[in-house]
Amino acid sequence: MMRLATLLLLLLLVLGSALMVVKSRQDSRRLFAQLQSAQRTADRIEEQWGRLQLEQATWATHARIVELAHERLGMRVPAPADIVLVTP
Amino acid sequence: MNGASTMRRRLLQGVFLASALVLAWRSVDLMLLRKDFLQDRGDARSLRVVEIPAHRGVIRDRKGEPLAISTPVSSVWANPRQLMQARNQWPVLAAVLGMKPGRLAAILEPRRRREFVYLKRHVPPALAARVMALGVPGVALLREFRRYYPAGEMAAHVVGFTNVDDQGQEGLELTFDRRLRGEPGLKQVIKDGKGRVIEDVEGIRPMRRGEDLVLSIDRRLQYLAYRELQAAVSRHQARGGSLVLLDPHSGEVLALVNQPSFNPNNRSGLKSEYFRNRAVTDLVEPGSTIKPFTIAAALESGDWTAQSLVDTSPGSFAIGRHRIRDTHNYGRISLADVIRKSSNVGASKIALSLEPERLWNMYRAVGFGQIPGAGFPGEAAGHLADWRDWGEVEQATIAFGYGLSVSCLQLARAYTVFANGGLLPALSVLRREQPASLQRVMSPLTARAVLRMLESVVASGTGRRAAVAGYRVAGKTGTVHKLGREGYAEDRYLSLFAGMAPASAPRLVMAVMIDEPRSGEYYGGVVAAPVFSRVMRESLRLLDIPPDAPEFHGSTRLVSLGGEVKS
Repeated sequence: MMRLATLLLLLLLVLGSALMVVKSRQDSRRLFAQLQSAQRTADRIEEQWGRLQLEQATWATHARIVELAHERLGMRVPAPADIVLVTP
Repeated sequence: MNGASTMRRRLLQGVFLASALVLAWRSVDLMLLRKDFLQDRGDARSLRVVEIPAHRGVIRDRKGEPLAISTPVSSVWANPRQLMQARNQWPVLAAVLGMKPGRLAAILEPRRRREFVYLKRHVPPALAARVMALGVPGVALLREFRRYYPAGEMAAHVVGFTNVDDQGQEGLELTFDRRLRGEPGLKQVIKDGKGRVIEDVEGIRPMRRGEDLVLSIDRRLQYLAYRELQAAVSRHQARGGSLVLLDPHSGEVLALVNQPSFNPNNRSGLKSEYFRNRAVTDLVEPGSTIKPFTIAAALESGDWTAQSLVDTSPGSFAIGRHRIRDTHNYGRISLADVIRKSSNVGASKIALSLEPERLWNMYRAVGFGQIPGAGFPGEAAGHLADWRDWGEVEQATIAFGYGLSVSCLQLARAYTVFANGGLLPALSVLRREQPASLQRVMSPLTARAVLRMLESVVASGTGRRAAVAGYRVAGKTGTVHKLGREGYAEDRYLSLFAGMAPASAPRLVMAVMIDEPRSGEYYGGVVAAPVFSRVMRESLRLLDIPPDAPEFHGSTRLVSLGGEVKS
């Protein structure tokens, strides 16, 4: 009698764990799919970030800044006589 | 009994034979007769393991500005086995890809048994979408990365480039390829019959991104150097040129440029000659730019002081069959004047008075004949013959820079010794987080003394055009006859200038080489020194290094923090 009960209990446990395996596998696949879609979003954003960095680097080229400073803002490099040197 | 037993045995044998036959037929049926159908079904929904491409690290300058950056692009590929069955769609596909139909056939026909072939790599996203919209069986997209170089040709030799497979080919992309590359991951996916991923099943190994690389290069200084070198090379119709700008205390390479350069974003039709990083791979005889080291060796010997006199008259002297000449007869001059006037006779006489080993040790100690070790691929060690192999002629000519060869990077590094009070730093092309290891190669007194001589070169000697208003500049000119196939060529020169500023406490060291100027002028002080001056002026300003020249202070108001105006 006792043996039968143990056997039954073990059988139930095996069944239970088998179902858990199925569920956790299912979960892992679902989560992985989610991860992948999040990754794709991240990739897209990263791509955009890369493009923006390139764009910024292009706008901030030294040559362009110098040209804008000269022509649009009328700036120039100060002559030695115009410089005030502050020393400690 | 016997009869019944035989009967049963026969029956059993018959049953076994029949089942074996059935199995055999079934396997024939599956493997031969219905193969195509089943294969198709299997391909239609299949579990596949695919790679997750790894992102290559970004290369940045010392301020974080990008110098090389990867962006994802698509490549169109096909499974020829499947595409062979859709011949009627080839013309449309070829048209969208912008190929001639014959070209597409030429790609596919020889590979009909393969399962993978690239149709077109690195296509823009819009084109990729149009290709997939055709829905041709066996055609799919692959995610790859394309490398962009925002600094373009001005940093091309430093950064280098990758090939279409994202592997480093030149420059730092090659040196640090392993660090930049990362490791692709693996995942299991379900694909449909057209090779498209329907569902991600599970990850097998995560992708590891490549490391970012932060260089010691300053993009602004690099740009300045590039602009001025290019202008000088074209003004003097030179064959090429190099410029290296170093921070003498940290050993960091702040700028390194060469002419001719190339655009790393579009390399089609370029000769590999343009890819050569001349500043580190090309060796030249340093000429007069080596004299400061000859003088340093003399001062270190204790037999000479800065005021010691050497007789250079009558402006030439003979060793064996060889004759060493100066442009003028300078008479009896001091060591300082040997540097200031760049006297070959003086340098030779001083060198001949020294132990050859002592002289050799000085050249060796400042890095000649040794790989500079900044981190570029193919850094040349240069040539410095062993002192035991020197004769008198060799000892006399090496003193003014003939008979040994150095690269532009080596020359710049050697000059850091005078900026550093006699210490030679280890070079680095990556931004340093820790101070550089320094090696003492001469006493601080000697380094100071030579620095003062170098200052007189710019103040009143051959290097006047290297001067920068407001700053004290120290440096040395060099004009070298180039070695041709038959000895030294009379009309082919190399113009050099190496120097530093501000001379009161040098923060920047620079070497400039202009190869074969052909516009008539060729003296280092005329061709190379102005490039030094312009790049140095802008660099000092950009780095906020305060002026140190007394005449500057004469015309500028000095305000101490107390607020009191001194002049």
